[in-house]
Amino acid sequence: MKTYNSMQRVLTSLSHQEPDRVPFFLLATLHGAKELGMGIREYFSRAEYVATGQLRLRAKYRHDCLSGFHFAPQEIEAWGGEVIYYDDGPPNSGQPPLGRMDEILHLVPPRLEDSAGLQRTLATLRLLKQNSGGQVPILGVVISPFSLPVMQLGFATYLDLLNERPDLFRRLMTVNQEFAVQWANAQLEAGASAICYFDPVASPTIIPRELYETTGFQVAIETLARIKGPTATHLASGRCLGIMELLARTGTAALGVSSQEDLAEVKAAAAGRLSIIGNLNGIEMRRWSPQEARIKVQEAIAKGGRGGGYILADNHGEIPWQVPDEVLMAISDAVHTFGNYPLASDTAP
Amino acid sequence: MSNAQRLHHELETALLSLNKVATRRIYKDSGLTPTEFAEEYFMPVLDLIGAKWERGEVALSQIYVSGRICESLLNELLPSDGPELKKTPNIAVAVLEDSHLLGKRLLCSVLRAGGYKITDFGQQHLESLVIRVQSEKIRILLVSTLMLSSALRVKELRRRLDTLGLKVKLVVGGAPFRFDEQLWQEVGADATSPTASGAIAIVQRLSREVHGENI
Ligand code: B12
Repeated sequence: MKTYNSMQRVLTSLSHQEPDRVPFFLLATLHGAKELGMGIREYFSRAEYVATGQLRLRAKYRHDCLSGFHFAPQEIEAWGGEVIYYDDGPPNSGQPPLGRMDEILHLVPPRLEDSAGLQRTLATLRLLKQNSGGQVPILGVVISPFSLPVMQLGFATYLDLLNERPDLFRRLMTVNQEFAVQWANAQLEAGASAICYFDPVASPTIIPRELYETTGFQVAIETLARIKGPTATHLASGRCLGIMELLARTGTAALGVSSQEDLAEVKAAAAGRLSIIGNLNGIEMRRWSPQEARIKVQEAIAKGGRGGGYILADNHGEIPWQVPDEVLMAISDAVHTFGNYPLASDTAP
Repeated sequence: MSNAQRLHHELETALLSLNKVATRRIYKDSGLTPTEFAEEYFMPVLDLIGAKWERGEVALSQIYVSGRICESLLNELLPSDGPELKKTPNIAVAVLEDSHLLGKRLLCSVLRAGGYKITDFGQQHLESLVIRVQSEKIRILLVSTLMLSSALRVKELRRRLDTLGLKVKLVVGGAPFRFDEQLWQEVGADATSPTASGAIAIVQRLSREVHGENI
């Protein structure tokens, strides 16, 4: 049987066909620091560190992507917000930079050149590109214009804005879209093969479908159309079933899905229109035994793998710092053992 | 459908459609005092909305708005320190090591809508939280976290409270506890709930337990 490199494997699956085995994204954005023996803050201080971390992780776990993603609050830093670092978890955003809703009236998108953080991500992508020879998909990430306001304004204020101030909401979306499109396209230019559009506020976990349809859905259609490369939408472990139809119409190619929904049901609902990425529970993963990890991977492959259109990954797009290496290794071994096409469940008598 | 059931249903519809005017009218129609109304209407209906969220039938934004409507109506009807509020042990809510305030905000809304008097400690680091629990003689502490690392810090919080001999019932919640259903026990909490509205039944139960310990 033909062996595929990671790029071919992923592209084949995304075209809803079966490659040699189920592609596998180990989205370990923090574990690179462990590989380099340094703290999280230091790790994210230089593009060379993150790129080296990503390359080492891929050599170790034999998965099918590299990621230039540092952390979501890096975007908010570009908008004038603060980043809070932790020793044992991802950096968080601090006080929202917009203190009041009406500041939206004067808001202008930041310039990418002015943000040292965003420049580090671009430099990371360039290094990954140089070192992977086009054989591995490289992921870039943007927080959607529709989900970014949680960090810009705070969650409660954003929900008030969504419900009560359509005028300011519209203006905020225009400004955020300008930024997101620029930021996504710069990442593609720097070496990303695809952009992950993080849009958890779209999820029916967070807002009702009807509200999404008149707001975030339109924003996604407009924004994705202006991103000059393939995109995958991620709901950061929020549910998707209630809006699958809409998501499929946004122009995105794939969808990151939650452990809180049944993978077989999600795959059926996506019905060849969207590929799905997921859905191992990253938080629970911290205390899995290698044996449990193996079973979870087998289950996921059995539910999602048939016919391609499926990439095995965690359900959030980021594996927590606390997940032990032996669990990651067990996941990787299991994909390499049980993920070969044709799947055992399809050839069994 | 009994009259109360009908009104519950109407209240749910009013809250989910962000209709404060209808909520006020249902209160008037019920003929109850504000505290009775909180107990017999707001609490069960918010609980129902919370349970629907858990099943994926309503969205978090609807929990947020419905809690806010109940809370603001009750604030209008009841003076904040009035005799109408329930007599309970000292209760506080806090966000631990984390900058995400919405979970705590939801908790405050439901507990206030349920007629509870609570102290809002805001965002706290471990050290300052322990000090405030001690100095304000808190007996029930509700902690909300969004990040896994913060959730795991509750273990240390429990240890510190125990070392100081403080008898505090610890209730935890937030996304990490929803995604790992064993985590609350692992960190030594006394209770958890996947929804903020679930805190009402927990606080009722723990208040009775604390009361029992005091006798
Ligand atoms: C929307 C979202 C985003 C948005 C907005 C985030 C925000 N709030 O600032 C964006 C895209 C910006 C984002 C970014 C990130 N996110 Co995010 N995100 C989410 C999502 C989908 C919802 C989060 C949320 O705010 N919900 C609203 C709150 C109120 O919900 P809740 O905590 O569950 O509360 C409910 C109950 O738990 C309960 N409750 C809450 N507190 C309490 C307390 C008590 C006592 C009780 C009884 C009940 C209770 O009441 C509520 C309902 O009634 C979750 C996944 C999910 N499905 O929940 C991930 C999630 C929170 N994100 C996560 C992470 C890691 C991040 C990032 C750090 C990623 C990164 N590396 O950059 C950033 C950090 C952002 C920041 N602000 O600093 C993780 C956190 C856990 C972890 N792995 O450590 C989660 C849980 C995803 C996951 N499954 O791992 N995210």
